[in-house]
Amino acid sequence: MPDSSAVASGTPEIVVPDDLVIERTEHLDLYWYMLLNRRLEERLVNLYRQGRVVGGVYRSLGQEAESVGTAYALRDGDYMSPLIRNLGSILVKGVEPVDILKQYMAKGTGPSGGKDLNVHFGDLEHDFIGPVSMLGDMISVIAGVALAARIRSEDLVCMTYIGDGGFSTGAAHEGWNLICAQQLPVILVAEDNCYAYSTPTPIQMGNRDMVDRAPGYGCAGEQVDGNDVLQSYAAARRAVDRARGGGGPTLIEVKTYRRKGHAEHDDQRYVPEGEIEQWEALDPIDRYHRYVLSAGIVTAEQVEMIEAKVGAQLDEAVAEAEAAPMPDPKSVLEGVWSTPRWPHPHPNFHDFSQEIGH
Amino acid sequence: MSAPERGGETTYLEAIRQGLWEEMQADDSVFMLGEDIGLYGGAFKVTDGFLDRFGEHRIIDTPISEGAIIGAAVGAALMGMRPVAEMQFIDFMSCGFDMLTNVAAKNRYRWGAAVPIVVRGPAGGGVRGGPFHSGQAESYYAHTAGLKVVCPATAYDAKGLIKAAIRDDDPVIYQEHKYLYRRIKEDLPDEDFVVPLGSARIARPGRDLSIVTYAAMVHVALEAAEELAADGAEVEVVDLRSLVPFDEETVLTSVARTGKAIVLHEAPRTGGFGAEIAATIAEKAFEYLEAPIVRVTAPDTPVPYSPPLEDHYLPGKSDVLEITRRLLGY
Repeated sequence: MPDSSAVASGTPEIVVPDDLVIERTEHLDLYWYMLLNRRLEERLVNLYRQGRVVGGVYRSLGQEAESVGTAYALRDGDYMSPLIRNLGSILVKGVEPVDILKQYMAKGTGPSGGKDLNVHFGDLEHDFIGPVSMLGDMISVIAGVALAARIRSEDLVCMTYIGDGGFSTGAAHEGWNLICAQQLPVILVAEDNCYAYSTPTPIQMGNRDMVDRAPGYGCAGEQVDGNDVLQSYAAARRAVDRARGGGGPTLIEVKTYRRKGHAEHDDQRYVPEGEIEQWEALDPIDRYHRYVLSAGIVTAEQVEMIEAKVGAQLDEAVAEAEAAPMPDPKSVLEGVWSTPRWPHPHPNFHDFSQEIGH
Repeated sequence: MSAPERGGETTYLEAIRQGLWEEMQADDSVFMLGEDIGLYGGAFKVTDGFLDRFGEHRIIDTPISEGAIIGAAVGAALMGMRPVAEMQFIDFMSCGFDMLTNVAAKNRYRWGAAVPIVVRGPAGGGVRGGPFHSGQAESYYAHTAGLKVVCPATAYDAKGLIKAAIRDDDPVIYQEHKYLYRRIKEDLPDEDFVVPLGSARIARPGRDLSIVTYAAMVHVALEAAEELAADGAEVEVVDLRSLVPFDEETVLTSVARTGKAIVLHEAPRTGGFGAEIAATIAEKAFEYLEAPIVRVTAPDTPVPYSPPLEDHYLPGKSDVLEITRRLLGY
């Protein structure tokens, strides 16, 4: 089993952090978003198998706790830019499942009008800036959000994510170095989920833990069990409070495990036998489920009701997304520039390219 | 250094400085970020004095990372700011290529949010800068849907276009020609003005042949046209000013009138923007042509350092004269 188990498998149970201050309703929120994250992905997989999601589906099975827990430490007005597997973070920011579904299903009324895939879109009303495929780029982009806020004297904290693979890019380093040089209020959640596509973490980097890079950058650093939603949340709360209080950036390393392949097509032939099962025992939703029941936060009946409510909401969202129209082919030309590429078409000059509709 | 004076005889560099200063003064959402732009005032002193006037939150000295500079500009632009990112040399924009072509260029198309950034910096040869400090980068970016590309040739345009670029809602690459920085000057108006993107200029009217060009090559074309005038030939020089948007009407109207066209640029030949201009003329003004469209460009090599090599590399007046004379007799 890769090394991150040292943290994540310390105990199969939730460890309640000493400094955790949390209301019952917040416990319910955390549970709700983790479950919504997982069930929405299951719907996406079904739609994918039916050919109604035409691009890939990138699962976060086993990683829901760190996405939901970290993003839940933000408040309205705090910006967040995720990676493709941080569906939970996006839901926490208030993006609707129906928009995610339409986007995956390439619908014309989806957030990008069918022009981009999966979570590759932004929703500025929900302080959400979606990623591009080039890993590490969003760290610089989120730096710019923080710089803008500083110029306007706005009280705003930012959070973005990088993986054990993405942290190998120059873009990730360049962005995080800028943030640390400027001491911007940004939290970088560095996710070690043991694989970058098929490449295991030990051959991705020379150091065992990404948190060890924090002193090198001159930022605060912390490592937590990413399969424990309360530890993820508490670490993020500490970092957000530090950032908001002028204490600068924090790198939080979350140790977790990607139980599915890179995307649905990936057969995971590179995963040693038994490894997935070992991590299944550390499933973050199961762990939290046991905790909220044993701590008397919810009853089994209440958990069933949450499950039913998530299901009903997704039934409705899937129906709405399925009914949504595909984009008008001619909209392919729209939205590239704010003004025309060729500003002065002239009737005296015949344009042959017009005859094929371009 | 104090605030730039407006109006009067102004160099190309000072014109850019004036334009930047005025836009920062007029609009709190405009700010600048780049390497050595604050304390040092920029490698070419374009931003000298800006730090004192506008403060360290609006004049940001960054680490050496073109990618982070452009990426941060995008993030700030999404927040409604109008960042101006300086590239110390336009050649280094290649280090931020991904940020420009994937993040900045595609955002509006992908999810509708405008990215009103300007990425500006010195380009071009003639200053013995060698392979990494002399390049013209316009073709890489003109090829990328979503970016605009501006290449001013005069002090008036340098000022008017930087102001228009900052006010534009799209990412604009603003390529300054460093050979022109302190070599050309002209009287600028006292009042506020902008030069809209996408409007070419007839730099010199003529009826016998059109030279379509931009940036420093405008001056080479004008010198050649002056010499040809002594022989009785009237050569028209079209200064594109911006490549994206491309003022097709001015180019086609000129070529329709003269019937002959040379496309002149300092960048290498293959895949250069001149090929796009030539193709546009061939597609849309074919029946007006009396001669082949000829490109006069740098060869397909990096920009060399040694003066005999660079002088040979750069298209010069003699190249333009030779081709023009052959086409006039065609």
